[in-house]
Amino acid sequence: MNHYVIRVISFLFTLLLAGCSEQVSYSKGVYMLIDTSGTYTTELTQAQRIINFTLAKLNPGDTFVVARVDTGSFSEKDIVQKQTFEDRPSMANQQKRQFREGINQFIEDVRPSSYTDITGGMLQAIEYMNEARSGKKTILIFSDLKEEIQAGYNRDIPLQLEGYRIIAINVTKLRSDNIDPVEYLDRLESWRNKVESGGGEWQVINDLERLEPIFNS
Amino acid sequence: MSSDIFMIVPNAFVSGLIWFLAIVVSLYLARTPAHYSIRALSRVLHNAMRLSAHSIIHAEKRLQQRNKEVLLAQGREASERIIEREFDRIEASVRRDLAEYPAIHRMLTDEIRHIDDDYQNSTDVPPNPPGWVKAVEAVAKIPSKGDPMVADILEDIHGSLQKANDKTLTEYRKSNQTRHDYLKSMMPHWRKVLNLVNQVEKNVSSLFTRSVTIDRHMDEYEGILRRTDRSEQMLSSSSMTQFFISGLVLAIAVGGAVINFHLIARPLSEMVGGTSHIAGFQINTVAALVIILLEIAMGLFFMETMRITRLFPIIGALNDKVRIRLSVVFITILTFLACIEASLAFMRELLMEEDAATRAILRGDNASIVAQSSYLWITTAAQMGMGFVLPFALMFVAIPLESFIHSMRTVLGVVAVGLLRILEWALRVGGDVVRFMGNALVQLYDFIIFAPLWMETMIKHKQAKHGTTRPRNDPNAIL
Repeated sequence: MNHYVIRVISFLFTLLLAGCSEQVSYSKGVYMLIDTSGTYTTELTQAQRIINFTLAKLNPGDTFVVARVDTGSFSEKDIVQKQTFEDRPSMANQQKRQFREGINQFIEDVRPSSYTDITGGMLQAIEYMNEARSGKKTILIFSDLKEEIQAGYNRDIPLQLEGYRIIAINVTKLRSDNIDPVEYLDRLESWRNKVESGGGEWQVINDLERLEPIFNS
Repeated sequence: MSSDIFMIVPNAFVSGLIWFLAIVVSLYLARTPAHYSIRALSRVLHNAMRLSAHSIIHAEKRLQQRNKEVLLAQGREASERIIEREFDRIEASVRRDLAEYPAIHRMLTDEIRHIDDDYQNSTDVPPNPPGWVKAVEAVAKIPSKGDPMVADILEDIHGSLQKANDKTLTEYRKSNQTRHDYLKSMMPHWRKVLNLVNQVEKNVSSLFTRSVTIDRHMDEYEGILRRTDRSEQMLSSSSMTQFFISGLVLAIAVGGAVINFHLIARPLSEMVGGTSHIAGFQINTVAALVIILLEIAMGLFFMETMRITRLFPIIGALNDKVRIRLSVVFITILTFLACIEASLAFMRELLMEEDAATRAILRGDNASIVAQSSYLWITTAAQMGMGFVLPFALMFVAIPLESFIHSMRTVLGVVAVGLLRILEWALRVGGDVVRFMGNALVQLYDFIIFAPLWMETMIKHKQAKHGTTRPRNDPNAIL
């Protein structure tokens, strides 16, 4: 009887230790790319809204990065704000407020860029998020998805997006899209193919009143 | 391709017919051993199922016996506790009443003495008229014969007599008044005596009531000791009732624990962090759960040390001094945990306000930050109050828990008996079905080979006509 009890206790203890030693990450990581090229800078107040919404939804321990998309976006210099929130909720709240102030400052000072290197920004996002080891990784692309690469830059690189959700937000229609809507649809389709061939999950949200799907996995 | 191997001739119908004839002939030739095999198999299965059913009946009987033993043992223990408690009450009552009895007796004696004194005083003889009155009366009756001097003297004597009579009457009335006063002063003493006697009667009737209760419990106890069916039925139904009632109360307690959990889980993330996980659960939720379980454990131990429950015999067996000290320790720890919970509830309110403020800033809604409600203190106070009270409320979980555990033994036993009964019925029915299936298979077998059997019967008839018969006891002569 005693041996039986000891075995059961040992088994439960082993289970507990196994549970303690698991290295599963439950945190969320959100990397937001903001297109600052050309006329899209007029949309930045919308980006501010999305950032505030995201900040409100994130919890202690989560990571949030906002980076700009410009001529050459595969660079740490394009990261505007980054933060992994503290364990303590009160500290996390303070960090959120500081983050918001930093973004406000950026939106006031931002200058339009000549080119739009979305792929470079995504490469940077993947690199950063892989280091951050977040459990659920999301890349938000706030852009019209019209990529313009400067001559000499190589962006014909396959993206490794296993475990990533890529959400394009506020994909505005260009004047040429209005003339030929196929162009807009092709643009979206090519990005979908690019993401899904890399193993990622693709989603488009154009209605900024319904941003909840960002956090619905 | 696979079906081609069955094609004996190119025509499928002819091939099928050949196969059918071959099978029928084979079955006819193998009829006797096949019948034996089918019957033997069905008999083996039938017997195996019946044997299993018998074993289950035995197991069910043993389980019923065990249930009865458990039930009676629990009932005996419960009756002993009740009787013990009743005797304790009677002992306390007798001790208290007997301790009061000398005082009551003394008071009764005093009152009776007072009444006796008053009675003695009230029976005093009234004062007699003076002795010379008769002599004076005789002189007064002497005739005056017209002598004015004698008439004056007699008049004076008459006046003196009148005065003496008035004085005596006054004295008499005064004496009567005094006696009436004594009688009047006896009334409160009578009332007091009556009250004292009533009190004694009340004490005695209370003892009588308790003795009737004890008699009833003793009857039940004797019934349990005699292991009567009535006692068993009574205990069984009582156990079922206890099981469902205590289950309901435990469900309510679980609801309280869940509310308690939500009160403290969030603010605990401020202390232990909310991002680490243990076995897939956030560490703050685990910490909240541990605190609640600790509170329940302290409550259980406190109830044990107070001898309200008897889940841990080792605590009940401790000597009274140690037990009381332990109870103080447990209630102190519980109070400490309740204070922690109250402060965590306060912290929760602060965090919620801060969260609301941050969300308002993020929404750009500065108006709601400024407009802080003046009645927020009510929710804060309510949360703190709940945080403090709920641990003490959870302490009382020990009582339904004890009932639940004790009654569960009986209920599980009854359920197990029911399951065994169903299994036994299924095996019996299954055994019979297998036996009948065996017979049905034999009949089906013969139906498939009805043609050769029919021919066999015809041949037998012909042989019988020619006088050559087979023995009557041929087992294969079915048709």
